[in-house]
Amino acid sequence: MARGSVSIVVERCKACGFCVEFCPSKVLALSDAFNSKGYHPPHATTPEKCTGCDLCGMYCPDFAIHGFRTDKTAAAAATEVEKESGDAC
Amino acid sequence: MSTPVVTITTPENPVEDFMRTDRMPHIWCPGCGIGTTVNCFTRALIDSKTDLDKLSIVSGIGCTGRVAGYVNLDSFHTTHGRAIPFATGLKLASPDMTVVVYSGDGDLFAIGGNHLIHAARRNLDIKVICVNNLTYAMTGGQTGPATPLDVITATAAYGTYDPPFNLPQLVDAAGAVYVARWTTFHVKQLARSMAEMFKKKGFGFIEVISPCPTLYQRRNKMGDGLDTMKFYKQVSKIKHGTPTNEVGLTKSGEIICGKFVDRERPDFSTMMHAHLEHELGAKYIPAEAPVCS
Amino acid sequence: MHADPVGVLTGAHFLDGDHAACEGAIAAGARFSAGYPITPSTEVVERFSQRAPKIGATFIQMEDELAASITILGAVWGGVKAFTVTSGPGFSLMMEHIGYAVMTETPCVFIDVQRGGPSTGLPTLPAQADMMQVKWGSHGDYEIIALCPNSPQECFDLTIKAFNYSEQYRVPVFVMMDEVVGHMTEKVVIPAAEDIEIVPRRWTSKDKSTFQLFAPCGEEQIPEMAKAGDGYKVHVTGLTHNEKGYPDMTPVVQERMVKRLVTKIRDNAEKICITEEIDIEGADVVVVSYGITSRVAQRAIETARAEGLKVGSLRLITAWPFPEHVIRAIAPKVKGFVVAELNLGQMVREVERCAGGQCRVKLVGHAGGTVHKPEEILKAIQGVVR
Repeated sequence: MARGSVSIVVERCKACGFCVEFCPSKVLALSDAFNSKGYHPPHATTPEKCTGCDLCGMYCPDFAIHGFRTDKTAAAAATEVEKESGDAC
Repeated sequence: MSTPVVTITTPENPVEDFMRTDRMPHIWCPGCGIGTTVNCFTRALIDSKTDLDKLSIVSGIGCTGRVAGYVNLDSFHTTHGRAIPFATGLKLASPDMTVVVYSGDGDLFAIGGNHLIHAARRNLDIKVICVNNLTYAMTGGQTGPATPLDVITATAAYGTYDPPFNLPQLVDAAGAVYVARWTTFHVKQLARSMAEMFKKKGFGFIEVISPCPTLYQRRNKMGDGLDTMKFYKQVSKIKHGTPTNEVGLTKSGEIICGKFVDRERPDFSTMMHAHLEHELGAKYIPAEAPVCS
Repeated sequence: MHADPVGVLTGAHFLDGDHAACEGAIAAGARFSAGYPITPSTEVVERFSQRAPKIGATFIQMEDELAASITILGAVWGGVKAFTVTSGPGFSLMMEHIGYAVMTETPCVFIDVQRGGPSTGLPTLPAQADMMQVKWGSHGDYEIIALCPNSPQECFDLTIKAFNYSEQYRVPVFVMMDEVVGHMTEKVVIPAAEDIEIVPRRWTSKDKSTFQLFAPCGEEQIPEMAKAGDGYKVHVTGLTHNEKGYPDMTPVVQERMVKRLVTKIRDNAEKICITEEIDIEGADVVVVSYGITSRVAQRAIETARAEGLKVGSLRLITAWPFPEHVIRAIAPKVKGFVVAELNLGQMVREVERCAGGQCRVKLVGHAGGTVHKPEEILKAIQGVVR
C-alpha cells in the first residue's frame, strides 16, 4: 500500500521533467495527455510506490505538483488526484 | 467483509499559502529554477517558524526580482540594483522585521554591487538570496558579472573574455557572517540553509545556481532545464567550509556547494545601539518601531 | 495634529538655512534620514546625525546618493517619515528613485540646496538651476510639489510644509534651497510644538482583505497608506500597477494610473500653490522671483517704486505645481513680467507659457556663482515699463 500520493495542478505544468527525474521512487512519467498550453503533464505510473516525500513538490518550478503522506490517514488506496486549475492563464 | 470507504482530504501544496494565487501562472520559463527556489523558501519559512507578518521581501529588477510580486508577504519590487539600500531603510525603521532580499546575479553584483559590499561591511541584519543563472535573463541573456569565461551571451557573440566575480568570495571579503552556495538541484539543503540563515543575525548570503534554459543554456548548447539540473547533480560537490577563494565557477567545471562562512560578528544595529548608549548614556533615545495611529 | 514636542527646539535661534531645514524636518516628525555628503547641503544631515540619537531618530550615511534616495523610501514603508538632502550632482543621481517614489506614491521629502552647475560646477556657490530638473528630471509623466524658501526661517517653515504636503498627497516633495539661503545665518523662531501643524500619515483602518494600497479615496482622491509588518501584505512595485498594487502592464491601466498620479496634483494645484503677492493691484510690471533672488529683487522693486514706477512682486513659494492661475490672472492687466532667477532661463518658460503672449516677459538671468545685482533687475523693470 502506498504511503503517499501526489496532487497535480495540470494547467500549471510546463513539462520541465524535474519531478519525473528526481522522484526517488520513480513514480512519475510525462503522460500523453495535453493541458491547454500543449504541455504533457506528469502522471503517477506506479502510484503504489509513492512515499509522499514531496520532493516533486519541492522541485516543481511551476507549483504544479506536490506529494503528501496518506498512510497516516487510515487505510487508503493511493489515488492520483488531478485538480484542474480554474484560474485564467 | 466490506471494503472500508475512506475519503482522502488532499492537503494543499504548502507553497499555496505563500503565493498570491490570483497572480498565477508566473512568467518564468519552462525549466527555469527560480520557482524551485521559491519552494525552498516557503519550506524554510515554515520550518523556521518565522512570523510571516514580520517578514518583508525586497527584490530588484530581473527574472528573480519577480519573486516579490508572487509571494503573499509584504513585498517590494524596487529599482535595478537597489533592493539592498531599500531593505536597509526598511530594516532600520522597523527593526523587528525580518528582511529578505531576493534578487539575481546581475542586479546584486553589477549595478547593485556597491550596495551589496557596503551592507555586508556594515553587517546589516538582512538575508540575501541570490539566484545566479549566470546572465541577465530578463533582458535577453546578456553578459553579467557572474557569467563564466568562454560563454556565449547576447552581448558576447564570440564568447566572454572577462572573468566573473566569485560571488561567495566577494561577500565573504566584504564581511558577511553567513555565506552558502547551493544549486536548484539541492532543494533539501537549500531549504535548510535558508532556515538557518533566517535565524542568524547579521548579513547572510546564499547563492543558488539555477538554469536559464531559454537563454544561457540554449546559447551554449547545454540542453534544457532538466539537462542542467542533471549537470548540477553530476558536477557539484558538497564541501562545507571550503575557503571562498576556491569556489569560483567555470563554464563546465566543478560546482562546490555548501556552507562556507558561518561566523559571529555584531550586526549594525547592535553596534549602533551599544555605541550610542556608551557615548550618550541616558541621553540616548533609541528609535522605536513605528505604530500606525 | 500638532508636532511631537520631542525634538522641537522652541525658541529664537540664530541658524543658517541648512540647520533650520534640519530642525524643520525634525519638527515635522521626520525620524529617519539617509544621506551622502555634498556641498552645500551637508550640514543638514550633519546636524540630523547629531540630533537623531537624542530624539529617537535614525541617521545612516549611505555609500552614494543612489542608495540614500531609496533607503529613505524603505524607511517610509517601514512606517516613519524620512528625508534626504543633496545638491546638483547628487540630485541627478537621485532621479530614478524620485520616479520610483512618485510611482509608488511614497510620501517623502528631498531637500536640494542648489549650487552652480552643470556637472561639478561651483560646489560652494549658489545657483537656482535645478528648477526644471526637479519637475522633469526623472523619466515619464509625473507631477511633484516643490517649495522655495528665501530665508532660514522659511527653510524651517517650508520643510514642515513639505512633509505635510507629502503625507497629504502621497507624493515626494522638494525643498529647493540654494547655497546662499542654506549658508546665510538669520533669526529663526521655532514655535511651541502645539503651535506647529503637522499632517500625520494617512494610515488606513480598512480591513486587510479588502484594502487596496493604490485605490484613490477621500475628498482629494488620494490612496491611504499601510506599512510592512501589519499584516496587509502590501505589494509595491515601480511597474505600472493596478489599485491592488499588482503589476498590470496594459495601456488601459497605464492611462488610468499615470493620469491619476498627475491629476492628483494638477486638480489640487490651486490649493497647493503658495505665492506672496505684493502690490499687484494696479501694477505695470510684476517681478517674478523665488528663493534668494527674491531678496535681491525686493531691493530693485523698492528702488523702482521710489522712482514712481508701479511695480508689483510675485514670489513663488511653490514653484511646482506652477501657479498658472495667478500668472493668467495678472497677464492681461500688466505691461509685463520681469522674471529674475539664478539660471539662464527656467521658470521664465512657465511664466511665458501662462502669459500666453498677453504681455511682455523679460528674463533677468544669471549663470550662477553669486546673486544678481539689484541694478540688473531694476534695469529690466525700467525697460518693461517704457
